[in-house]
Amino acid sequence: MEQAPRDPERQLQPAPLEPLGHLDAGLQSAVGEEAEVARDESPGEGTMTENNFWLKKIEISVSEAEKRTGRNAMNMQETYTAYLIETRSVEHTDGQSVLTDSLWRRYSEFELLRNYLLVYYPHIVVPPLPEKRAEFVWHKLSADNMDPDFVERRRIGLENFLLRVASHPILCRDKIFYLFLTQEGNWKETVNETGFQLKADSRLKALNATFRVKNPDKRFTELKHYSDELQSVISHLLRVRARVADRLYGVYKVHGNYGRVFSEWSAIEKEMGDGLQSAGHHMDVYASSIDDILEDEEHYADQLKEYLFYAEALRAVCRKHELMQYDLEMAAQDLASKKQQCEELATGTVRMFSLKGMTTKLFGQETPEQREARVKVLEEQINEGEQQLKSKNLEGREFVKNAWADIERFKEQKNHDLKEALISYAVMQISMCKKGIQVWTNAKECFSKM
Amino acid sequence: MSARGALRFLLWCLASEDLILPNGGTPAGTSSPASSSSLLNRLQLDDDIDGETRDLFVTVDDPKKHVCTMETYITYRITTKSTRVEFDLPEYSVRRRYQDFDWLRNKLEESQPTHLIPPLPEKFVVKGVVDRFSEEFVETRRKALDKFLKRITDHPVLSFNEHFNVFLTAKDLNAYKKQGMALLTRVGESVKHVTGGYKLRSRPLEFAAIGDYLDTFALKLGTIDRIAQRIIKEEIEYLVELREYGPVYSTWSALEGELAEPLEGVSACIGNCSTALEELTDDMTEDFLPVLREYILYSDSMKSVLKKRDQVQAEYEAKLEAVALRKEDRPKVPADVEKCQDRMECFNADLKADMERWQNNKRQDFRQLLMGMADKNIQYYEKCLTAWESIIPLLQEKQEAK
Repeated sequence: MEQAPRDPERQLQPAPLEPLGHLDAGLQSAVGEEAEVARDESPGEGTMTENNFWLKKIEISVSEAEKRTGRNAMNMQETYTAYLIETRSVEHTDGQSVLTDSLWRRYSEFELLRNYLLVYYPHIVVPPLPEKRAEFVWHKLSADNMDPDFVERRRIGLENFLLRVASHPILCRDKIFYLFLTQEGNWKETVNETGFQLKADSRLKALNATFRVKNPDKRFTELKHYSDELQSVISHLLRVRARVADRLYGVYKVHGNYGRVFSEWSAIEKEMGDGLQSAGHHMDVYASSIDDILEDEEHYADQLKEYLFYAEALRAVCRKHELMQYDLEMAAQDLASKKQQCEELATGTVRMFSLKGMTTKLFGQETPEQREARVKVLEEQINEGEQQLKSKNLEGREFVKNAWADIERFKEQKNHDLKEALISYAVMQISMCKKGIQVWTNAKECFSKM
Repeated sequence: MSARGALRFLLWCLASEDLILPNGGTPAGTSSPASSSSLLNRLQLDDDIDGETRDLFVTVDDPKKHVCTMETYITYRITTKSTRVEFDLPEYSVRRRYQDFDWLRNKLEESQPTHLIPPLPEKFVVKGVVDRFSEEFVETRRKALDKFLKRITDHPVLSFNEHFNVFLTAKDLNAYKKQGMALLTRVGESVKHVTGGYKLRSRPLEFAAIGDYLDTFALKLGTIDRIAQRIIKEEIEYLVELREYGPVYSTWSALEGELAEPLEGVSACIGNCSTALEELTDDMTEDFLPVLREYILYSDSMKSVLKKRDQVQAEYEAKLEAVALRKEDRPKVPADVEKCQDRMECFNADLKADMERWQNNKRQDFRQLLMGMADKNIQYYEKCLTAWESIIPLLQEKQEAK
């Protein structure tokens, strides 16, 4: 990925929260940032509270998971897991944290929140959720959503998601997000009332744009390519890692058999007996050590998975750009054709085929008054078109600027996080090696006493 | 083996010929040990021959491939150094092939039926997948053959066996082999005649205990062999996955800027661990499994010696019973029954002595084998540890903004 020139205004001012229900609320707030700098801090409905809320340091945690039964949309009984979200505000003065909010949410509500964010912040690389179903499992892990290990790792993933959103300079100010953390009842209705589902770009429209756009920004094309490759390579990595874990498990567990046979053998030996017996014990220790080792490695896999899903978020931003660009190109094309029509009418030359032209030829010329009228209509349309094109252009450029700023932020976050992940992986391997050396050294000592 | 037992044994060897020897003489053409006095001298020494009292050193090395019209085979160089009078020269160097070792072992079994003869590595390669001429196979075999000769060398009776001497010294072993075919050892024959027909009523307690021990021992070794094989199999499958895993980090590295070096580093690291693992599995296959299998063969051959002993006892008991039924010879026990008794007592003594020696050697061999296994695993983990520790600084390095 090439580097964009650093945007000095990347550090956004606290943007005003738009009242809910506005189209492109997030975009407008970003777009409006330059022009409406004076508007910040003005007390709007509830904005003061929210702004103050974020000025204090807050801690968010998903502290518990609980199995629940309830009735779903089709009035059938279902079992699901609910997660407890606790928000604490930390007083600057004494560093003490006070529990301010606590509520239960299920996975589908997290999904709803994220879908909302995707629609209202298309220029942001929106943090991903942990996987819905367990994938890349190796044999020991259950693929069952109710499995306690899976639930635990999901709890951590959901907490991570909330922390990512809360630490994002733009997303953290969103009111729906705030309500997600604070308003237990009615939150779903509130989100749906924004009508965001209607504003979402249709998949078909997006796909169409991807194929037909002529001049997308090269950086986005490269980014899309990168995110495809990243997705592919991390998937491959996770698949092979799961197989490696499976095999490693086998190696360690088979050694446990030594424990039993050494014990049996020691029963018939005189001098060798003690050494064999105690060595056997170490073999048992060795065999059982793999469980913790692989549990730790799952955390590494989860870190990789987060970036696998982040790749999808990157792609979404690229798609949005393609859509906007395509929209722009279509508008420009439409304007150009109208201008041409106008010119033809004015000069009387027919360069383009038009139904009017054909009928004129067949049924006789139109009167100058009729022509006048048509030219006037076209000129109005052209005027409108030029305004629209201008604003679309502006929108497009703003989008590119803001999106690229977030992408730069994301890149740094990614590099930092993945380096940390690799370091922790290396540390895990080192720990595993040291344990192995310890166990075999102990066993060797037992053998030496045989 | 007590001095008295040794004397008995000597007398048995000689008496079965009905030969009454003048003092110190050795009848030609028999395979009985050298002079009786020198034998006694040696037998009075401590059974445990340590480095200081050792006077015979044998080594197997330098395998060479011979390609002939009819066949291709490997020979090994056998180097012997000795101060013993039985050897004309202080040093010998001859070349032998597996066939020769096999011949030697058979001869030893024939001529020393009351003793435990060490096992040879398997004659045929069962799997067919293994290359008989591959370096690993030849080296594994060489080590086993070396062990075989050293065990004989360490044995106070077997090391004086004439066939053994010829094996170590003769320029043309084949000529001797042909000659030896005609002269079957009387000693061997007399024991061979004791086959079947005699059923042992009950094994004496101490030999029954040995039998039970050997049964369980072989069973446990079999289990350990299976476990070891399974571990190697799992390790190889783990290795296969690792060999795919490492390179994926390289592929990823090619996509990245700042992360390129760290990812490449991880890839190289996994590669190093893979190599270390391959070394471990090779070592276990070459050094661990063959020795384990050797001991299973060893305990099998010990069991067959036990059975032979049973036969000898059975013959004796049968003859004794027959005598008891005949009323005439009551006052004196006939000579042949006495001969049987001697034979049995010699056999028992030899067996017990060999068993004790075997137990000691087994303990040392397994101590060494298992410590070796632990060592190889420790070395494997140490190699991996070095690899991972060395990339930590690389991963933590602050990259210049590109």
